[in-house]
Amino acid sequence: MNDLIHAWSERIRAASADGRSLHIRGGGSKDFYGRPAVGDLLDTRMCSGIVNYEPSELVVTARAGTPLAELEATLAARGQMLAFEPPHFALGSTVGGCVAAGLAGPRRAAVGGVRDFVLGARMIDGRGELLHFGGEVMKNVAGYDVSRVLAGSLGTLGLIVEVSLKVLPRPVAEVTLRFAMDEAAALHQLNVWGGQPLPVSASAWHGGVLTLRLSGAAAAVDAASARLGGEQIPPEAADNFWRGLRDHTDSFFQVDAPMWRLSVPGDALAASLPGEQLVEWGGAQRWLCSVAPAKEVRARTEALGGHATLFRHGERSGAVFHPLPAALMALQRNLKRAFDPAGILNPGRMYEGL
Amino acid sequence: MGNTPETPGFTTAERDFSQVDKRRLVAALSRVLPATSLLHEAEDLPPYECDGMSTLRQVPLVVVLPETEVQVVAILKICAAQKVPVVARGAGTGLSGGAMPHRFGVVLSLARLKKILKIDAHARRAVVQPGVRNLAISEAAAPYGLYYAPDPSSQIACTIGGNVAENSGGVHCLKYGLTIHNLLKVRGVTIAGEIVEFGSLALDAPGYDLLPLITGSEGMLAVVTEVTVRLTPKPQLARCVLAAFDDVVKAGDAVARIIAAGIIPAGLEMMDQAATVAVEAFVHAGYPLDAQAILLCESDGTPEEVAEEIGRVRALLEDSGAIEIRVSGDEAERLRFWAGRKAAFPAAGRISPDYYCMDGTIPRKRLGEMLQAIQAMEKKYAMRCINVFHAGDGNLHPLILFDANKPGDQDTAEAFGAEILELSVALGGTITGEHGVGIEKINQMCSQFSTPEIVAFHRVKAAFDPEGLLNPGKAIPTLNRCAEYGRERMGHTQPQAHPDLPRF
Repeated sequence: MNDLIHAWSERIRAASADGRSLHIRGGGSKDFYGRPAVGDLLDTRMCSGIVNYEPSELVVTARAGTPLAELEATLAARGQMLAFEPPHFALGSTVGGCVAAGLAGPRRAAVGGVRDFVLGARMIDGRGELLHFGGEVMKNVAGYDVSRVLAGSLGTLGLIVEVSLKVLPRPVAEVTLRFAMDEAAALHQLNVWGGQPLPVSASAWHGGVLTLRLSGAAAAVDAASARLGGEQIPPEAADNFWRGLRDHTDSFFQVDAPMWRLSVPGDALAASLPGEQLVEWGGAQRWLCSVAPAKEVRARTEALGGHATLFRHGERSGAVFHPLPAALMALQRNLKRAFDPAGILNPGRMYEGL
Repeated sequence: MGNTPETPGFTTAERDFSQVDKRRLVAALSRVLPATSLLHEAEDLPPYECDGMSTLRQVPLVVVLPETEVQVVAILKICAAQKVPVVARGAGTGLSGGAMPHRFGVVLSLARLKKILKIDAHARRAVVQPGVRNLAISEAAAPYGLYYAPDPSSQIACTIGGNVAENSGGVHCLKYGLTIHNLLKVRGVTIAGEIVEFGSLALDAPGYDLLPLITGSEGMLAVVTEVTVRLTPKPQLARCVLAAFDDVVKAGDAVARIIAAGIIPAGLEMMDQAATVAVEAFVHAGYPLDAQAILLCESDGTPEEVAEEIGRVRALLEDSGAIEIRVSGDEAERLRFWAGRKAAFPAAGRISPDYYCMDGTIPRKRLGEMLQAIQAMEKKYAMRCINVFHAGDGNLHPLILFDANKPGDQDTAEAFGAEILELSVALGGTITGEHGVGIEKINQMCSQFSTPEIVAFHRVKAAFDPEGLLNPGKAIPTLNRCAEYGRERMGHTQPQAHPDLPRF
């Protein structure tokens, strides 16, 4: 493995000297995401395998190219999980891609996102230097917390070689409930429940139906489900439903029209934009399938206190992610330059110039 | 495009600020601040000469106490224009000297920005100014059944701005996370005087996620002027199990077994016998004095959930060889169990003239090994050490007891401490879990990070603060310092300010 890392360092160093862009890619399950990739392909899948896993430490360290499915199966065999429920989208998605994309699934609102579970990372920066930030322990404030910044950076700050992730025990009990409810009522109810000590682990509203998942100790799940009522969904159907949302295999996502991801405060009102909508994360994530002009979608999302991403389909060569205020964009550019001065790592995948 | 060199002005060396002109600086500041917000006479400055790490002291040139963000912006613009170092300060309870003033610099106290701007119960968030005390947020949220989860033991005094700067922990972070996990948005001002918002009211923000970079950055990247925190519903019930062991290694193993069984306790703390004896004499918590180690394991949730978890924890503890197990019967008893743990720091101050507090984190499975190594070091250095641990997350707070008035004692304590920190790194851990690097552990940064990593940190710093004006000399060592590390030994210290304040 050291030979491979050394070879990658050399390759990045040479690319940097020549100003040749590199397209860092794992399983390609998220090729659709972000702005178009450019440059010579650097496939991370050769760098695969779980480096360290001890269930009692609640930490797993895996190489970037490790298939996400393999990692999750390893954790499941010991009764643990990646709590942020990362989407796979397709077979072959990798651990490195999962962290680089920074996308989380249905459990996000309950437990945190990818960055909340990143404890450390080894990466090669745009100068070809192998750097290690963070570590394998839960509490670590030595140095800037660079490894968490890698979550969602789309490979533009460095080639992730290895990551350490905090893992959690799988819940003992899980129940999925369904309620007939309009959007406004569902948004209100989700926030009311959110303020109570209930074991809500996921929520989804679409087409007049609110689906709610409770996870935790058997006693807590039983008590909460008795209190909340609703219609209980059989476990297998429930698992399929949440996996369909996680991986976008649910029929809601099987469209060719632009799919927007609106990330808004959980208590924001209904988006009231034209198109079909599915609400997740207690109201904080809203999928919108709409041909409405980008300007309109972004303006409305901003008015709600959030930001809009053109997640899938649509015109992808322009701004896919929400435009940033000038001062913040300047900091982002500076940070990019700090790690990739020649601008060769997945350039433009996130924003033009990053 | 070729390989771009460093940005102009970039350096990994110490900068010289000796050219700062105090008279010119005071004149400029007095144009943007009322006289009551600007201290520059010699007799007004000593209260700011140190933070919770009181053996390193430095009188600043000037102290400013802005009351508005507009004033913060104006101050930073003046300091940027005149190239004056700026050290931000909250309550001054930090333990690593992060708020120690700069000789040629300004101390920017955020103590007067102390308004709770909004408690939004429906959305479970609070918007507060940086000088608001940690505990004050939970108190303000309590009527709504909500609280702010991170609870550093100094929470009655420490401010949320300081918590952001240090990414503070507490005794409940295994289950509820660190400061970073409980923040939504941090508003700050860069040294250029630009207002920037990191994070958002949504669960993520576009672009690079700079919130984790700002959090724990020890005032090196921006000055925090507003913090939006997530509020958590108060659990219906919390109960605590106290278990005694006749062997520290058995106690360490019990910790691993609880976690491996799929239990994430709300808190999981360990104290060795010396610590138990010290705190018992101080707070009379009723701890068993004959045990080599005691564990405190807290469960919270619904009454049914707590009963189920306590049952499982009790069985695991019995199985691990606990010689005594007590379960708190009521809230008063639960608080009594915790009182001793939270008073460990002042208790150490009662039994020893001085003590040196460590903050390494190691993988949980190495706890027993570390404890045995510390016992051996006590013999080697002929010095006592009492041990309190956030056992659930492997964060250790060994307190080395010494007498600074005894010749050689301080040097011995420093050598003892350095050996513990270096062992923490060697065991796969870190030199600081929650107290920060500040000035105190700046040398040990050189043993944890390689030269390219240290240089990368300097580049991150320069991305926000190209002239290196925010808290210069802290957190990230210069390469020269790392080269000298080993020859030079910084004065290790023990906090003496706020001696009665509970810690960790």
